[in-house]
Amino acid sequence: MIDFPPRIPVGSWVAEIIDWINTNLGFVLDFIKDTGTSINDAVTSLLLAPPPLLMIALFAALAWLVRSWQLAVGVIVSFLLIMSMGQWTQSMQTLALVLIATLTAVVISVPLGIWAARSSTVSAVVKPVLDLMQTMPAMVYLIPAITFFSIGAVPGLFSTIIFAMPPAVRLTELGIRGVDRETVEAGHSFGATDWMILRGTQLPLAIPTIMAGINQVIMLALSMAVIAGMVGSDGLGKEVVGALATINIARGAEAGLSIVFLAIFLDRFTAALGTPDKFRSSLLGRWKSAREKKARDNQEGVATAA
Amino acid sequence: MSAIKAAHLYKVFGKRPESGVRRLRDGATRADLQQQGMTAAVIDATFEVDPGEIFVVMGLSGSGKSTLIRMVNGLLPLTDGEIYIHDKPLSGLGKAGLRQVRRDNVSMVFQHFALLPHRTVGENAAYALKIKGLNRADREKKAGEALEMVGLGGWGGYKPSELSGGMQQRVGLARALAAGTDIMLMDEAFSALDPLIRRGMQDQLIELQQKLEKTVLFITHDLNEAMRLGDRIAMMRDGRIEQIGTAEEILNDPASNYVSRFVADVDRTRVLTAGSIAEPPYEVLGSEQGPLMAQKILREHQPSWLLVVGRGRKPVGMVWEDDVARAVREGRKDLPFSKVHEMPVVHRDTPINELFEHSAKHLAPLVVTDDDGRVEGVIPRVTLLTAATPVVEQETDEDLEGAHA
Repeated sequence: MIDFPPRIPVGSWVAEIIDWINTNLGFVLDFIKDTGTSINDAVTSLLLAPPPLLMIALFAALAWLVRSWQLAVGVIVSFLLIMSMGQWTQSMQTLALVLIATLTAVVISVPLGIWAARSSTVSAVVKPVLDLMQTMPAMVYLIPAITFFSIGAVPGLFSTIIFAMPPAVRLTELGIRGVDRETVEAGHSFGATDWMILRGTQLPLAIPTIMAGINQVIMLALSMAVIAGMVGSDGLGKEVVGALATINIARGAEAGLSIVFLAIFLDRFTAALGTPDKFRSSLLGRWKSAREKKARDNQEGVATAA
Repeated sequence: MSAIKAAHLYKVFGKRPESGVRRLRDGATRADLQQQGMTAAVIDATFEVDPGEIFVVMGLSGSGKSTLIRMVNGLLPLTDGEIYIHDKPLSGLGKAGLRQVRRDNVSMVFQHFALLPHRTVGENAAYALKIKGLNRADREKKAGEALEMVGLGGWGGYKPSELSGGMQQRVGLARALAAGTDIMLMDEAFSALDPLIRRGMQDQLIELQQKLEKTVLFITHDLNEAMRLGDRIAMMRDGRIEQIGTAEEILNDPASNYVSRFVADVDRTRVLTAGSIAEPPYEVLGSEQGPLMAQKILREHQPSWLLVVGRGRKPVGMVWEDDVARAVREGRKDLPFSKVHEMPVVHRDTPINELFEHSAKHLAPLVVTDDDGRVEGVIPRVTLLTAATPVVEQETDEDLEGAHA
């Protein structure tokens, strides 16, 4: 009797590849693990070093600087609540994970997005890979992550980065392709090099879109916090996992709320970073307006003198 | 020597453009190529632009004019033919060489301005200079001068979005001027502007061009604009150049049915100039001659007035029949000139539509002078009115229908 279709051992192949990497590239994995762990430890202890109240003041100041005093007030209230719920340490651990994952994802995905925007071949190759990365259930990444890095912060970071990266690549490509064709042409027509056009025209004009991508990365990274908690990353995720294991509603609610507060702050903050012109009442916006007014007055002064 | 020379330019878009060119040479049409999935944007275009000339390429959308202008500075590679900038061929320059030509010789002004929205007006005007690697002080100085030239002095600190469309395009113009190139390509540069502002920009361009003597290759779909600006005009249709000539040549001697149909509803008064309709002034006097001589000429030819010209054929004034008769009666030796304002003098390049105003104010005919102020002819009022109406053979049925509609 012939089986149709025959059993194709896709799973075993993947497992073999992972095994091969594990045995032959062990030194690379060790290096990644050691570096990842020490970076994570460093960022976490940096965030936890100052007294929490000082940190809250700092976050509020940042909020006012780039967005509005309203957000600053919101930050003070919600972060004080996190403190009073006893979730401060875990929140900073989660923030550290999100920051590192986001930074790494951006460092990889923005150049990749630029490359994809410039080459249709690259774009065609990258697209299905991104689809795979985004739709594969995030927990599946955890399995090789654990075999590579055992438990701790690094497997959490690893799967978070893979899961959170795609929107940054996509939106970077979209942003650069969306820059007005004539404006890019103007660069060429005055003899600018490709690099000058990328730096001076395409990237600045694509910033709002790229920032929207980064905002998405941060949100996805936060949503991975719980899953990272499952493999032993410290933070709010671990709290949620612990609450789930013991059916502790109170503990789960407090950890969950803390994630929400953190998410709102990060979302509003990064959205304002991408579209600074919308937030003219922020400290940064006011400073910029004043500077522009001064430049204008100078120019007009020159004109009247001449 | 020509500033720009295009020799048998072809641009075919599609899978096998070279074979498309071969087929076009063998007599295939644009439609033939279309069937094979190729687009023949420019077909066998040949023209020369002299230094200091405004050369207008005029055509409707899809005529290939935008493709053509982009081949001149290498934004689009040519499929066949050659472009020469100052007699040096563009092909074979390579990327770096092409960039150098764009920095040193050819700048461009765009339809939708193509300014950098995140940079100030001053930084935009200085864009080309930054690319050339000038230091900040020089950049700001030159950009400031260019902005001054286009009437935007003092606006350097603003963002483009704070300016009106017309002002934004003047920034685009200043950017091209600041680049200091002798050739400027203008791609539908005024098409996105309101008619009134467009008119002002055209005047400004003509003025600047006369002052700076730039070579301008101007693309437009507006025939009136073409006729106003162009020293010479190339009429383009379906990728081919149908006719190259001055506005008057194209109006009075269209090379094809297409061109003649196209120019049928042009406002002739905007295109024809005083010089083209002036009549030779046979009734002239040297200013040293007296009333008796004037009376003799008046009696011979029976005009009611005489134009008096001085040394170098400069118009001196006008004498009227009655005044001459009185002067002879009173035995005066000098000519009884009428007052200066009664002798309207216009330059030969003045469009006819600007003459009516002069003509309405004065009884005397208009005196037309050349660049050196010498008398070239006169335009009696009857001549002016006749010139404003289309020539007889252009009054086809179509025109009559148009008049009834």
